[in-house]
Amino acid sequence: MPELMQFLLSGVTVGAVYALVALGFTIIYNASDVVNFAQGEFVMLGGMFTVFAFEAGLPLPLAALLAIIATAAIGVALNKLAIEPARGAPVVSLIIITIGASILIRGLTQIAFDKQLHRFPAFSGDAPIQIVGATMLPQSLWVIAGALAIFVGLWLFFTRTLTGRAVLATANNRIAAQLVGINTKYVMTLSFALSAAIGALAGVLVTPITLTGYDIGIALALKGFAAAMLGGMGNPKGALVGGLLLGVIEALTAGYLSSQYKDAAAFVIILAVLFAMPQGLFGRQSTDRV
Amino acid sequence: MRLHTTTTALGTLALVLGLAAPAIADIRIGATLSETGPAAFLGDPEAKTLKLLVDEINAAGGVLGEKIELIVYDDGGDPNKARTFATRLVEDDEVVAVIGGTTTGTSMAILQVFEDAEIPFISLAGAIEIIDPVRPYTFKTPHTDRMACAKIFADMKARGLTKIGMISGSDGFGASMHKQCLQIVGDYGIEVLADETYGPSDADMTPQLTNIKGKEGVQAVLNAGFGQGPAIVTRNYQQLAVGLPLYQSHGVASDGFIELAGASAAEGIRLPGTALLVAKLLPDNDPQRPLVTAYKASFEAATGKPVSTFGGYAHDALRILVDALNRAGKAEPQAIRDAIEATSGLVGTTGTVTMSAENHLGLDLSAFRMLEIKDGGWKLVE
Amino acid sequence: MRLSSKTTTLLALAALIALAPLFFPSSYYFRVGSLIFVNGLAVTGLVVLTGYAGQISLGHAGFVGIGAYACALAPVHLGLNPIAAAVVGAALSGGIAWLVGRPILRLKGYYLAVASLGFGALVSMVLANEAQVTGGPDGMTVPDPGLRALLKSAGLDLSNSAFWYAFSGIVLVIGAWLALNLYHSPTGRALRALHGSEVAARTVGVDVAGFKLRAFVISAFYASLSGSLLALQNKFITPDVAGYMHSIELVTMTVLGGAGSVLGAICGAMILTTLPQVLTVFQEYEQVMLGLVMMLVMIFMRDGLLPSLSRKIRGRGK
Repeated sequence: MPELMQFLLSGVTVGAVYALVALGFTIIYNASDVVNFAQGEFVMLGGMFTVFAFEAGLPLPLAALLAIIATAAIGVALNKLAIEPARGAPVVSLIIITIGASILIRGLTQIAFDKQLHRFPAFSGDAPIQIVGATMLPQSLWVIAGALAIFVGLWLFFTRTLTGRAVLATANNRIAAQLVGINTKYVMTLSFALSAAIGALAGVLVTPITLTGYDIGIALALKGFAAAMLGGMGNPKGALVGGLLLGVIEALTAGYLSSQYKDAAAFVIILAVLFAMPQGLFGRQSTDRV
Repeated sequence: MRLHTTTTALGTLALVLGLAAPAIADIRIGATLSETGPAAFLGDPEAKTLKLLVDEINAAGGVLGEKIELIVYDDGGDPNKARTFATRLVEDDEVVAVIGGTTTGTSMAILQVFEDAEIPFISLAGAIEIIDPVRPYTFKTPHTDRMACAKIFADMKARGLTKIGMISGSDGFGASMHKQCLQIVGDYGIEVLADETYGPSDADMTPQLTNIKGKEGVQAVLNAGFGQGPAIVTRNYQQLAVGLPLYQSHGVASDGFIELAGASAAEGIRLPGTALLVAKLLPDNDPQRPLVTAYKASFEAATGKPVSTFGGYAHDALRILVDALNRAGKAEPQAIRDAIEATSGLVGTTGTVTMSAENHLGLDLSAFRMLEIKDGGWKLVE
Repeated sequence: MRLSSKTTTLLALAALIALAPLFFPSSYYFRVGSLIFVNGLAVTGLVVLTGYAGQISLGHAGFVGIGAYACALAPVHLGLNPIAAAVVGAALSGGIAWLVGRPILRLKGYYLAVASLGFGALVSMVLANEAQVTGGPDGMTVPDPGLRALLKSAGLDLSNSAFWYAFSGIVLVIGAWLALNLYHSPTGRALRALHGSEVAARTVGVDVAGFKLRAFVISAFYASLSGSLLALQNKFITPDVAGYMHSIELVTMTVLGGAGSVLGAICGAMILTTLPQVLTVFQEYEQVMLGLVMMLVMIFMRDGLLPSLSRKIRGRGK
């Protein structure tokens, strides 16, 4: 039994990382129908900014806060300089813009910082916590708590606040949203700021576990995207469940079947779920407009 | 703004079309390295080393009275791109020799280009297939992965460890070393009881390590990999309190690894490394000591980053090339090739290089040093 | 006599391919040219899938990988000539596309994207993991098909790069010709109809699922042949060709140039293939420039380079 427990703890740790990345996709997607392929870069920036601010002598919490604010500012800049001028372009063109942005951000990061791997100390030390014969690092709890907190925050935001509903309304029908007095420009800016901030927070939380470097964003975005789709794009619940599920499937496959094919198992299950539920686990039903 | 962009674009176009007059009389040396992409961890210090050393050589008057012109392309670790750059170096830049191929994949993809063009090529990648069978124009500087495996297995055997678990990265480096280790492990009477892998960007390896730990009879664990994987393996290894001797590969031989894994988790790890890491610990009469001390000092002063084994490979490649140029007396590919093959007793960071028509690597196991991490630093294992 | 736009497109393409070598200062340009054609072939397939039928795939590099490894493996294991192996690879890709396409193509938009991405990831994982067969991440060599030697014995001695330039160029023109023919065929019309609206297409009796599948299989043929061509001219292949990054690259080429037109997409292939070569002058700013160019083109030419430019030129002509 301790093996199973260890596999599950590993899966939940990794799954929480995926969930954090996946949650970042939801807001921009909800506001604009665009899957932002630069989301992984926000995670990377959160980690890298914190590393360098911390090494420059700032206390870790302050460094993390600065990193989140700086990344949110970059998110806003991305919206103002690239997404807003391209208003009305087909969604696939917007996606290429975000892919271009991710290459650009990676390029700038490797020049501004370096191409080495970095980490900063875990928030509550490295002494493993024993759970039924298995172990887990305290930082994993931070990551899991972070994922849950962001999930609750997003859920409240979309269901309980006017701004959150304005975001959903904008996605649904931009013109109608404008007609009822929603400032859609503001909504877009806000979504990019929030998504980037969530990404950066994810980066801050996961760096002590995954380490960070200028190009970790690609793999994280890929897994986060897959997790978000598994759960149903746009739904915070989907992102959380999708991420955790993906992590657990990988860990169980690595533990019981083959570590070589653990990523393969994850994709096979994603394919199987999508064949049965074409909108993911919790996705909203879409109807064709004729 | 628009005008400026246009002029830049036109200027670029002119450069690419070769309208800009090429510099004359310099010795042109080419390189295609993985400065970015998954192997940037290796390629970045290699590129920095080459640029640094070429500047030093030119400042000291160059080679054969001429300056070296270094042309470096970043192939991003993509063998297809590397092949295009290789063609470019040969056909367009008309270099007299090429250093590069950071990974085995890129090296294998480009070596035929140089064989066809009859231009000497020094690879910086690990696999033995690059120089075995020997190809006339292809050389390499790093120890083969097989030699790293041999060094590790010999040390295990000496400690009486005969049943081991392996955990390897699924990237090119890990897979290549994994393959070559399995080929020779039997020669040392060692048995691999558990064989696990992980992806290059995985965040947690506890499931794999749990399985290795749970395998009856495992006495030691070998991790073949580079980049973040081994650091995470090492941290998970401590987390699970596996408690068996852990061996890492030469892929992590740098101070950065101890920092990433944490000194306490890395304590007691053994790995084969070059003299570069332990410059200070070498005896005064060690032939490598002055060389590695000088390279370490100038690299760290120029980049502010700790030296790694990989930068050392590029250092040695350039040294072999410059030495060959001096002996050849002329910057012609055929003469350089012949001179490289005649390299004898040349001291580099990896060891003392003596090549022959049958051996285009020219290193033996003696220069590979078994290192142990102790108190956050390196210790030589006798 | 008035030439149809199809004929003009093909003539322009053929003339460009044939005449460009007159301006090549070295045979390195043949290499870049043939890479453009190889990528151009794969994106022509994506024009059928994305431009005509409106379906997204982030996994087409998987088919490129199948085509490439067919040329490496079939000669060794089945004793086939590498050219015949390319045909076998294309058939295999088509077959797999037919099997996988049925369930995958029921999905829409991003769900289709992630499912196709999963398919591509599976192919590249198998290629990287089954090292005994494929050589693993280190890759494997591809035998020479002997075509160049054949030409030489017939009295035409081409350099390696020049030969593959000509060969890939001819394959691309044939591929473009077929794709353009398809556009005006009943199948092409059905695909465009379902691109506009699946519901509307269905109500006028179009077999939506069947036509989508047809487009998917056709695009898999193209991707597979592009992989084979690449393997044959590089004579060495690694699992990178089947990777996620390569899939993204192909989609980007298609959209950047203009997914709606064959010539546009080939233009996109040309830009993204040449750009890394041109940008080497920027040294460490290479990635920055690449990202910037992609963003600027998409911001200012949202329908892709060629359609936007031709509209602008036509507008000015009025």
